[in-house]
Amino acid sequence: MMLNEAQTRGLDTICINESRLQHKWYHMLKYMVVGMLFGIVFVKSEVISWFRIQEMFRLQSFHMYGIIGTAIITAMISVFLIKKFNVKTVYGEPVRLASKTFNKGQIYGGLIFGLGWALTGACPGPLFAQIGTGVTVVVVTLLSAIAGTWVYGLVRERLPH
Amino acid sequence: MLELLKQPWPWYIAGPLVGLIVPILLLIGNKSFGISSSLRHICASCIPANIPFFKYDWKKEVWNLVFVSGIFLGGIVALSFLHSPEPLRVNPELTQELAGYGITNFNNMVPEDLISWSSLFTLRGFLVMVAGGFMVGFGARYAGGCTSGHAILGLSNLQLPSLIATVCFMIGGFIMANFVLPLILSL
Repeated sequence: MMLNEAQTRGLDTICINESRLQHKWYHMLKYMVVGMLFGIVFVKSEVISWFRIQEMFRLQSFHMYGIIGTAIITAMISVFLIKKFNVKTVYGEPVRLASKTFNKGQIYGGLIFGLGWALTGACPGPLFAQIGTGVTVVVVTLLSAIAGTWVYGLVRERLPH
Repeated sequence: MLELLKQPWPWYIAGPLVGLIVPILLLIGNKSFGISSSLRHICASCIPANIPFFKYDWKKEVWNLVFVSGIFLGGIVALSFLHSPEPLRVNPELTQELAGYGITNFNNMVPEDLISWSSLFTLRGFLVMVAGGFMVGFGARYAGGCTSGHAILGLSNLQLPSLIATVCFMIGGFIMANFVLPLILSL
């Protein structure tokens, strides 16, 4: 089956961002600022801590459950309000959110991701923040995660989906 | 104020702030929150190797790479201006268990006894960093997202596939932390 470019990007269910608007390069800086604030929250709330992840999976602390839970509730209310009041983006476009379709990858991939998450004590976001806090060896973990992504792309057709 | 910001932030402050990323990204540019996608864009831009999965115009997703570089910078800012010198407060049961594996340093976000350049060349350090990283990257893409794209964005948009993925993340994590990690740490 041949896919066009947008469909290929959409395989990932998350890569669906396509605004028809063209912007100057400096519009990108806002994403850097948002990422930076996010990184600071990550570090100060100790989400990037290997120990907090271990506590979470051993039910020894409420901290991570509190963070993920309130993050979901906040995001859920925001998405509800955006849809209900048809809030537009700063460029006046309607907000678009893609639906995800089920495939078995969410089960197999989800389990593999979970195993890796508890092992490294970090999901992809914290990896970037950990490197920023000076734990340079995490570059190895990040490169390995990139390698994992690449191998997935390579063997994708042969995996059950 | 600065002293207060240097303390560890409680979950009820941090959680809503993380959740707000979703509407902020949607409203400033119609972008869907997702971090592991950046790993795919790095593959697509640097080593596509003619693999169909990486043959797309990654330049349309540059914002995502800018976003993750922001997270990296956030780490630098937090370390430079908001660093608290106190060691991490870790659950006593976990402290005791980890001591049995020679993990006794709680000064850092990650255990230096396990995640460091010198540990990289031990079997357990290699498994944690290299094998663990590989599973994170492979699993996230196979599942179509990670904690951000599925657990936070997907659940907030009431997507059943994201709920399934999130439950599987947790099951995998529970199995690793409680049954497999103890064996790896004893190596």
